[in-house]
Amino acid sequence: MWRDVALVAGRDLRIELRSRVATNQVAPFALLVLILFAFALDPDTGVLESATPGLYWIVVLFSGTLAVSRSGSVDEADGVRDALRLSGLAPAAVFLGKAAAVVAQLLVLELVLVGAVGVLYDAPLAGFPLMTATCLAATVAIAATGVLYSGLVAGLRVRDTLLPLLLLPVLAPVLIGATRAFEDAFGADGIRGWEWCGLVVLFAVVYVVAGCLAYGALLEG
Amino acid sequence: MELVVHFRAAVALLGRFPALAGIDLDVAQGQIVLLRGPNGAGKTTLLRACAGLVPVVDGVAEVLGCDVRRDPRAVRGRVGLLGHGAGLYDDLTVAENVRFWGRAGRAEAADVAAALGLLGLDGRLRDVSAAKLSAGQRRRTSLACLLARRPQLWLLDEPHAGMDAAARDQVDALVRQAVAQGATVVFSSHETDRATGLADRVVEITGGTAHVDAEPEPAPTPPPGPEPGTSEKVTADVA
Amino acid sequence: MSDVSDPTETEAEAEAEVPAHTGSRATQVLGLAALAALALWVLYGLVWSPPDREMGDLVRLLYVHVPVAILFYAGAGLTTFASLMWLRRRSPGWDALAVAAAELGVVFGALTLLTGSIWGKPTWNTFWTWDARLTSTALLEVLLIGYLAVRRVDPSPSGGSTRASILGLLLFPNVIIVHFSVDWWRSLHQKATVTRLDPTIEGDMLVALMVGMAAGGLVFAWLLIHRFRVAWLEQQVERHDLDAAVAARRAEGQLSTNEPEAQPA
Repeated sequence: MWRDVALVAGRDLRIELRSRVATNQVAPFALLVLILFAFALDPDTGVLESATPGLYWIVVLFSGTLAVSRSGSVDEADGVRDALRLSGLAPAAVFLGKAAAVVAQLLVLELVLVGAVGVLYDAPLAGFPLMTATCLAATVAIAATGVLYSGLVAGLRVRDTLLPLLLLPVLAPVLIGATRAFEDAFGADGIRGWEWCGLVVLFAVVYVVAGCLAYGALLEG
Repeated sequence: MELVVHFRAAVALLGRFPALAGIDLDVAQGQIVLLRGPNGAGKTTLLRACAGLVPVVDGVAEVLGCDVRRDPRAVRGRVGLLGHGAGLYDDLTVAENVRFWGRAGRAEAADVAAALGLLGLDGRLRDVSAAKLSAGQRRRTSLACLLARRPQLWLLDEPHAGMDAAARDQVDALVRQAVAQGATVVFSSHETDRATGLADRVVEITGGTAHVDAEPEPAPTPPPGPEPGTSEKVTADVA
Repeated sequence: MSDVSDPTETEAEAEAEVPAHTGSRATQVLGLAALAALALWVLYGLVWSPPDREMGDLVRLLYVHVPVAILFYAGAGLTTFASLMWLRRRSPGWDALAVAAAELGVVFGALTLLTGSIWGKPTWNTFWTWDARLTSTALLEVLLIGYLAVRRVDPSPSGGSTRASILGLLLFPNVIIVHFSVDWWRSLHQKATVTRLDPTIEGDMLVALMVGMAAGGLVFAWLLIHRFRVAWLEQQVERHDLDAAVAARRAEGQLSTNEPEAQPA
């Protein structure tokens, strides 16, 4: 089973290396949105600085939606879904493998974005253990939820507009939790960042389990 | 003899359309069966139903001893389907595709290499990405993915379509070799001469049912290879 | 329950299976009871119960808002339960129940949010506030709308149901998580203007509320039964269409065997 997970994850990552969608399209988009936020929220008034955690996670959410949409479309090539059903791979393994590949891509992107935010927004980066833990938990949550919902809209004509509509409301708790954790890490008072991180971990666990259980039905349906 | 495929009055739906409207079919182990019939008759659906990919809503449908109607997933690992869609990842090379699908089907590295070799894909084509292949090369790659997994039942939907004469001979040879090693093959084709030469039995499919189970016309002596000077004009037929 | 009707059934029997309307003795009785309860509701709510000490006449809106909100959650819960049962049993009745409950849920949810906002403006001086209850209610409404959207978009009959039932299953985990996170989040910024939603009620006011629950429940049940039956009939029609389609398909085969020329490829 874990061998299959590694097989699927490796395949998705290799496809990403060849097609470079994440580096050529998603990353520039993310950086662009960061820059646009700076235009919209005048950097001199300090609003940008205090809003940094929230803006950062919004950008990660949007990028994550693109990444999982791309992950889903890989398997929509002609005949691939049939071949996956026939292959004997456990659907849960396919789900975990795809989610793992998305996690890897998003983590790299987040590293870049943290750097960008530090430079462009002059953000007071601190509390690195909490930041790292939150990034890990939130990324797993976004990837697991995203791969599940992307499987849900697979093959539909309107999948590109339907996916954000379904996915983003569901990820609201992750946005809330990760933002609060980052605020604590950056030095805000009175916020119990580690507990918020725990909420995100809980969310991630729920959706990893849900995905493992439901992905098989979605492949068949 | 154990029946590899046993369908009785099977009804299978594509959406709301009954692509199979009460079909009877028995295939014994080691047979090579040709499905023949007009476009839209249900040949593709029958092959997919044997693979457990299409829901059977009425009648009896058993493949390799598994009740495909109740649990279509059980039979999946033991059949191989060469369908209309190639089932390849465009961003991966030929070798990577065969390796992935082979390993997903529990094939050994040696099987993967052998499959690539048998279909002439281990030379120049090996590291070409699947998006750049011609139609015939894509089908050969899909066939290699099937071959690597060594399924007990081969389901080939128009295996000769899009291929040149040499490739078709290769396919025929592979089919015979697989049967010699214990597999069973059911395939559909519009190419009467070559197909009836290969098949043990011919089954006519029309209107979602099997009608005539004809004896194949006495096969002409199979040519040793493409005869020099003649070229088989092929109207590539993708139903 | 067979998926495909027995082909030996006669035409007459097939006709008899498909009624001309979704009414029945039970729904007529239920409908009358609902009308009576609605009348009582209006009377109690508007006339017979006294105004609240703090809220004044505004409390009358709660006699609508609270039952409607409870029924909204009931509808969503029913959708989740029916989705679960459909995934396990795959019988079409559960699918029909899921869609009926979801549609009712969306309607009652819209009513909940509407009545809540109208009540909120004079009370909190704003139509909306980001507390846990409102946010998770709004989210549940959005999720239910998404559920119905997915059902409509998928052309294949059972595929849409499978996808939607996964969504249906996830409704409650999602709402619960959102409720807790927003609750916790907003507790950091306690606003004095956020008063309790439930006033202490007693006497005639309690009666008004109870009558409201009963009336709302009866209306909900009546609508649910009718909507369920409509969905059920739609499935019946599909099944009969299927028989006709199978027959036509076989006839197509007969025609072909009578004309031995092969079709052009």
